[in-house]
Amino acid sequence: MSAAPILSVHDLRVHFPIGGGLLRRSKKMLKAVDGVSFDLRPGETLGLVGESGCGKSTLGRGLLRLLPNVAGRVVWLGQDLAKMPPEALRQRRHDMQIIFQDPLASLNPRMTVGEIIAEPLRTFHPELLPTEIKRRVQEMMTKVGLLPQQINRYPHEFSGGQCQRIGIARAMINNPRLIVCDEPVSALDVSIQAQIVNLLMDLQRDTQMALIFISHNLSVVRHISHRIMVLYLGRVVELADRELIYSSPRHPYTQALISAVPLPDPDQERQRRRVVLPGDPPSPLDPPSGCLFRTRCTRATDLCAREAPTLVPAGPGQEVACHHWDR
Amino acid sequence: MPSTPRTAETAATGAALLEVAGLDTVFATPEGEVRAVNEVSFTVAEGESLGVVGESGSGKTQIFLSIMGLLAANGRASGAARFRGRNMLELDRAALNQVRGNRMAMVFQDPMTSLNPYLTVRRQLTEVLVQHKGMSEGAALAAAIAMLKQVQIPEAERRIEMYPHEFSGGMRQRVMIAMALLCQPEVLIADEPTTALDVTVQAQILELIGELRRASHTAIILITHDLGVVAGLCDRVMVMYAGRTVEEGPVRDIFYSPRHPYTAGLLHSLPRLDETKAERLVAIPGQPPNLQRLPQGCAFQDRCPRCQPLCRSERPMLRQIEPGRTVACHRAES
Repeated sequence: MSAAPILSVHDLRVHFPIGGGLLRRSKKMLKAVDGVSFDLRPGETLGLVGESGCGKSTLGRGLLRLLPNVAGRVVWLGQDLAKMPPEALRQRRHDMQIIFQDPLASLNPRMTVGEIIAEPLRTFHPELLPTEIKRRVQEMMTKVGLLPQQINRYPHEFSGGQCQRIGIARAMINNPRLIVCDEPVSALDVSIQAQIVNLLMDLQRDTQMALIFISHNLSVVRHISHRIMVLYLGRVVELADRELIYSSPRHPYTQALISAVPLPDPDQERQRRRVVLPGDPPSPLDPPSGCLFRTRCTRATDLCAREAPTLVPAGPGQEVACHHWDR
Repeated sequence: MPSTPRTAETAATGAALLEVAGLDTVFATPEGEVRAVNEVSFTVAEGESLGVVGESGSGKTQIFLSIMGLLAANGRASGAARFRGRNMLELDRAALNQVRGNRMAMVFQDPMTSLNPYLTVRRQLTEVLVQHKGMSEGAALAAAIAMLKQVQIPEAERRIEMYPHEFSGGMRQRVMIAMALLCQPEVLIADEPTTALDVTVQAQILELIGELRRASHTAIILITHDLGVVAGLCDRVMVMYAGRTVEEGPVRDIFYSPRHPYTAGLLHSLPRLDETKAERLVAIPGQPPNLQRLPQGCAFQDRCPRCQPLCRSERPMLRQIEPGRTVACHRAES
């Protein structure tokens, strides 16, 4: 995987101003995403993990410019998205897509499956004839495991797993180079999750598209990702290859996160030592000084209160933002 | 061969606390009857912990709403659910109220819908004690604060005066558990108690439930779709599919030698955090059947790798294949 990156993100920030009372005084900034940088190569999957409020979904939407207040540089196939005029940006969007957590809510209930899947195609290829559109839609339906004869059905006639397949078909119809998957299996039953994960991995193998896979489920993320980014309160605390993040997590938060995931194995589960974090995450509106994790960290020192740690290499394929990662 | 579960973890003493026999729950809907729970039987001993596993629509929650008398208005339960010998399904409201919340408590997935947003936590916690235990307001307050401390709510004296929305999700769930445990129930039924929570908070809550069980000998019934949670906390596991029990047994047997193809399929379809190489997940094909249009024969037939003609004509009965181990599959060998 040494090809040139298709996506380079430098110091991405998404800060939301929070209204400061009646007279709009003392406006606070909510730093939902703060200083995130990474590269993504063709055929690569980057997993984004972290707990609610860590900014993983905001990051996914921010880099597609689906949000206001995005600062920093997002270079997509050599072009800086921030400097692109809106119409050019819209044109660029055909090869970057997103799929969402709630499969039914993200599909228009008044459109047939065929219309839903065809919409991006019609938008970017208005010249296509209806017969050609239908052919491509049915081909895509087969690819994602839907029956082509269901083309005239409506979303409510499908189960959650099938709706997610419709969402994937819609995202795939223009042969995107990147799909941001925002908790795509979280709303699905366990037996269906595996179907969707397998489908995404098969499609990636066939098309070499890159994936950004956002999930709070570490087991799923580890399975599908090549590299994993761990976020805490909008900042990257660790970025490492999938093996390293499990076998030798360096950041104390990553360690706690990994140790908290229950394993479906009674013997192992009862022998494991769990790092139980004290307390709750601080409010993102009132974050602690220095390292954001220090209020729950057993290694915290004066240095951590004074200075925010930056992401430094902790070995090949692993970067960590902790003053005491080697302790 | 699987060995018996480790007795060190098993706090059960053997005396039956809850005996459910032939429980059926039916909902009347405009589209006809929906048989959500069919012929479900199980027992829970004192201090034991039972995991009830299944996907959405498998009937796992409805079993316990039936027992607690909390079914929706169009639901009707029949059969027997004896708690200390008394059939809960036949109790009138007053008698039921003496048991639920007091000797049998239930915690739900979403604490925000189970806590009253208009009342302070203090009011909601002390009410239970005044009602069920006849305590004075002062004694109830002291007991409530002590319980909040036990579930690790910091600054319990101050926080007890707050409203539910002032707590974080994990803390609200702890308040719910505190409320459920206040009367020292003999059974705690926890319905997806950690599903809405982040994984580090989940770890805190599970630790807490495990500790409370060891300390107070409360029997735990854990309803969940998360097999990992069951692996760590339960002595026995009951697997539900399409409204019926398909397999039941000691936790190690269920995880290390599942006999029902559905149980085996669930275990194989899970990506594991400790996987050594990324093998393709073995998904269960198809999707759960519609309860209103169940096929003749086994409900799992269309998704089953071992399906044979008999499975399409005759529904497999739940049968004992080893002491303490039952399975409903024609293909499972004794």
